[in-house]
Amino acid sequence: MALRIKQIQRCGADKMKMKSDTRKMIVEGLWRNNPVFKQVLGICSTLAVTNLVLNTVVMCVALVFTLSLSSATVSLLRKFTPRNIRMMVETLIIGFYVIIVDLILKAYWPEMSTNLGPYVGLIITNCIVMGRCEAYGNTNPPRPAFLDGFFNAVGYSFVLLIIATIRELLGMGTVLGYSMPFFSGPYWDKWLIMVAPPGAFFMLGIITWIFRSIEIRKEKVNK
Amino acid sequence: MNAGPEISQAFVVCISAVFTQNILLTYFLGLCPFLGVSREVKTAVGLGLAVIFVLTTTCMLNWLAYRYVLVPLNLEFFRFILFIIIIAAFVQLVEMVLDRYSPFLYQQLGVFLPLITVNCAILGASLFMVIRDYSFIVTIGYGFGSGLGWFLAIIAMAGIRQKLANEKIPRGLQGPGISLIIAGLMALAFMGFSGVLQAN
Repeated sequence: MALRIKQIQRCGADKMKMKSDTRKMIVEGLWRNNPVFKQVLGICSTLAVTNLVLNTVVMCVALVFTLSLSSATVSLLRKFTPRNIRMMVETLIIGFYVIIVDLILKAYWPEMSTNLGPYVGLIITNCIVMGRCEAYGNTNPPRPAFLDGFFNAVGYSFVLLIIATIRELLGMGTVLGYSMPFFSGPYWDKWLIMVAPPGAFFMLGIITWIFRSIEIRKEKVNK
Repeated sequence: MNAGPEISQAFVVCISAVFTQNILLTYFLGLCPFLGVSREVKTAVGLGLAVIFVLTTTCMLNWLAYRYVLVPLNLEFFRFILFIIIIAAFVQLVEMVLDRYSPFLYQQLGVFLPLITVNCAILGASLFMVIRDYSFIVTIGYGFGSGLGWFLAIIAMAGIRQKLANEKIPRGLQGPGISLIIAGLMALAFMGFSGVLQAN
């Protein structure tokens, strides 16, 4: 898990050298304007699968794919789309990518497809996807739109991965299905509540709390 | 065809959708409007009623569309797009009705009315109905039950948040933080219902 975050950060660090625009976008997407903390949008379709890390990883990959590509597509078509039906067009574009993800999963990983149940399809109604397409993809050229979508999705994914790891670790004593030294032993009384739905609400609430407190402290220091 | 057992099954499904498998507190669907529009009981009631109405009707429409259009044509994978189109058309109707007859509510819900189209609860209920292979009568029960469950949850939430409005809450926890923790406690309370339906 920690490794994964590091990878994400390192990948972020490499790209930061490229351009200050891109750099700003990364900071915005991953931290300052993080879709989960700041906007509290789009948690519906993905929070449900955070009881197991593996499910979350698959779901997040699906989300990154859908969000970045649909944002780029919306931006490509922005000049041809009549204003009054643009929401509909955006929904259709998103739906198109979601169908691709769904068919790929069904074909190559049927068990995962049943595990995730309707939640893959629910990416269509994920408010972040629509929100980013509407707020950014709609008015910007394809390349930045793609990057904006990508980093927003990654920012979203890393929060969910943190939640999923904590939930699986405390609730079942495992991470990615491997048992962890202390937590799966006899000294750790498994917190079953963490794998049940309330655990997800508590975790997200607490994580939002921590993030906002850090932000508030930073503001104070800056003053 | 004997409809008796189906009606009783629909009833059971309806009750379980309200309490034991609440679409919001167990499946996390429809969280965005739940957090956004739950500051006042009055608006929450309006949105909740709209959701009950839209959910029940779109579940029925989607069932018909799935069974009589997609299955014969072998286009099941196309259901995401078809469902969302049906839902969007329906929400448009609800929006026009609200605009015409209740300008106050229309003003209050403002941004969130278009978001009801992307309300996950509505698409989610339709997708669950397909996955669980419900019959038409059971689908009506399920749609109505899910809507009612969502309605109850958002009203309870709005009531609690109104009470909390004047309390001192740590700054970082204000807004979504505290709402999520309340939602967690509510989910915990609703878990208490889980024994109810296993008895029969």
